[in-house]
Amino acid sequence: MSDTETTMPAYVPPPPRRLLEPHRIFLIAVFAVIVFCIVWYMRWDWLPRYRWKLVEGIGETLFLLFTTAGIGFLLALPIGLVQVTGPRPLAWLARGFCTLIRGTPLLLQLWLLYYGVGSVFAQYPEIRQSDLWPYLRQAWPYGFTALMLSFAAYEGEVMRGAFAGVPRGELEAARAFGMGRFTMFRRIWLPRAFYRALPTLSGETVLQLKSTPLVATITVVDVYAVISRVRQDTYLTYEPLLLLALIYMCLTGILVLLFRFLENRIPSRGA
Amino acid sequence: MAADSGFLNLDLLALSPPGWGGVLLAGFAASLQLAVGGYALGLVIGVGGAFGKLYGGPILRDLLEVYTTVIRAVPELVLILLLYYAGTDAVNALLVTVGLPRVDISGLAAGIFVIGVVQGAYSTEVLRGAIKAVPPGQIEAARAYGMSPFRTLRRITLPAMLPYAIPGLSNLWLIATKDTALLAVVGFSELTLVTRQAAGSTKAYMLFYCAAGLMYLTLTLVSNQVISRIERRARRGIAGPV
Repeated sequence: MSDTETTMPAYVPPPPRRLLEPHRIFLIAVFAVIVFCIVWYMRWDWLPRYRWKLVEGIGETLFLLFTTAGIGFLLALPIGLVQVTGPRPLAWLARGFCTLIRGTPLLLQLWLLYYGVGSVFAQYPEIRQSDLWPYLRQAWPYGFTALMLSFAAYEGEVMRGAFAGVPRGELEAARAFGMGRFTMFRRIWLPRAFYRALPTLSGETVLQLKSTPLVATITVVDVYAVISRVRQDTYLTYEPLLLLALIYMCLTGILVLLFRFLENRIPSRGA
Repeated sequence: MAADSGFLNLDLLALSPPGWGGVLLAGFAASLQLAVGGYALGLVIGVGGAFGKLYGGPILRDLLEVYTTVIRAVPELVLILLLYYAGTDAVNALLVTVGLPRVDISGLAAGIFVIGVVQGAYSTEVLRGAIKAVPPGQIEAARAYGMSPFRTLRRITLPAMLPYAIPGLSNLWLIATKDTALLAVVGFSELTLVTRQAAGSTKAYMLFYCAAGLMYLTLTLVSNQVISRIERRARRGIAGPV
């Protein structure tokens, strides 16, 4: 360490590295020993019993992730768009919404919706007698709403930048071709903004995945809640949490690969 | 309507004991301490991590890569649970092996440690990018003047990278203030948890959650003002947007 400090060079991009350099083999060996110790010395006998619950939990997590991200993204489009071209009051409204959601913790929003709004709903007989009440009594609509609004706000900010970043010339060219406003939006503006937003979209989706376990605090049974259940049943602290961390790492990895595949399919001249 | 009267009953927010205002403010103070402490620790880890990643040996670089990848791939909530228990256990195990009695680690210290470790991974990446954006000629010039590495760091690299790092770092600060809410899950009495307690015991859910939301929002807005001022100062002398 001291050797490298005395000759601290200006930043030079490192030469392309191969996966299996000698020190990597050493590190992989150390890692394998650690994994072996974890598997051998810790208790994993609970795993078969909770296998299917875990699978269901992962399914619930992924379902929440994709639905909230999908609908949230659809909401983010108008939120981003009105901030770029919309009438003033709408733009202010959208900006206020983004500031409000991005300025407060998601956990607080979730509890506000579930405990606060939920208790207000319960006081109106009209709502209690409506057909929606069986759903409103459950926890997942609140978790879903909170996650969706959060994604819409963060992604709305990204889409605002993406819409604003599409070169004016392209839009002018579209108009010169005689496209109507809607055609121009559908053919030029939206696709170009989407391509620009795609790299950030991948990051936002990973962030959304990492937000989903919060819904376990309002009794939605996702994979985090299943693991909490295991911890209560078996009095184990570390084993379930380590497994949970591993599950989330795998999910994140799959998501990142998925988005990379998607990005590679889009023609570009190197942004 | 009971909810309406509960929502409008601002006496509940009074500072003295029948009202819960004092409790909320204490929770807010705890959240602030957590955020400042965790952010500072994260910055220290980040500076070390960034220099390790750029100038360290191959083993150090790989280890740091594992650290940043794992931390950024696992939800903060899970990390907080893992590190909160593992951190206190590790300190106690260390104390026992050295021969000292076990201690109760304060929730604040453990919380700052947790937030710091999480923030460290993100600020490592932010600072690494910022240092790479410093023109190499400036650092070479510093070496040509005979500056020691530490003086180069203090006089050239850190100030020169600041304009590139500030947007990312300010974002991290806002994330840190909001991540403190997650410590409610391990039972640390910060703003979100005391809000839940206040709301639960008075049944005025909307009032307290809105009040707490307002506090967080104020913190964010004030931070934004301060950040834009710092950014303007760090950018002086740089032409146009970077």
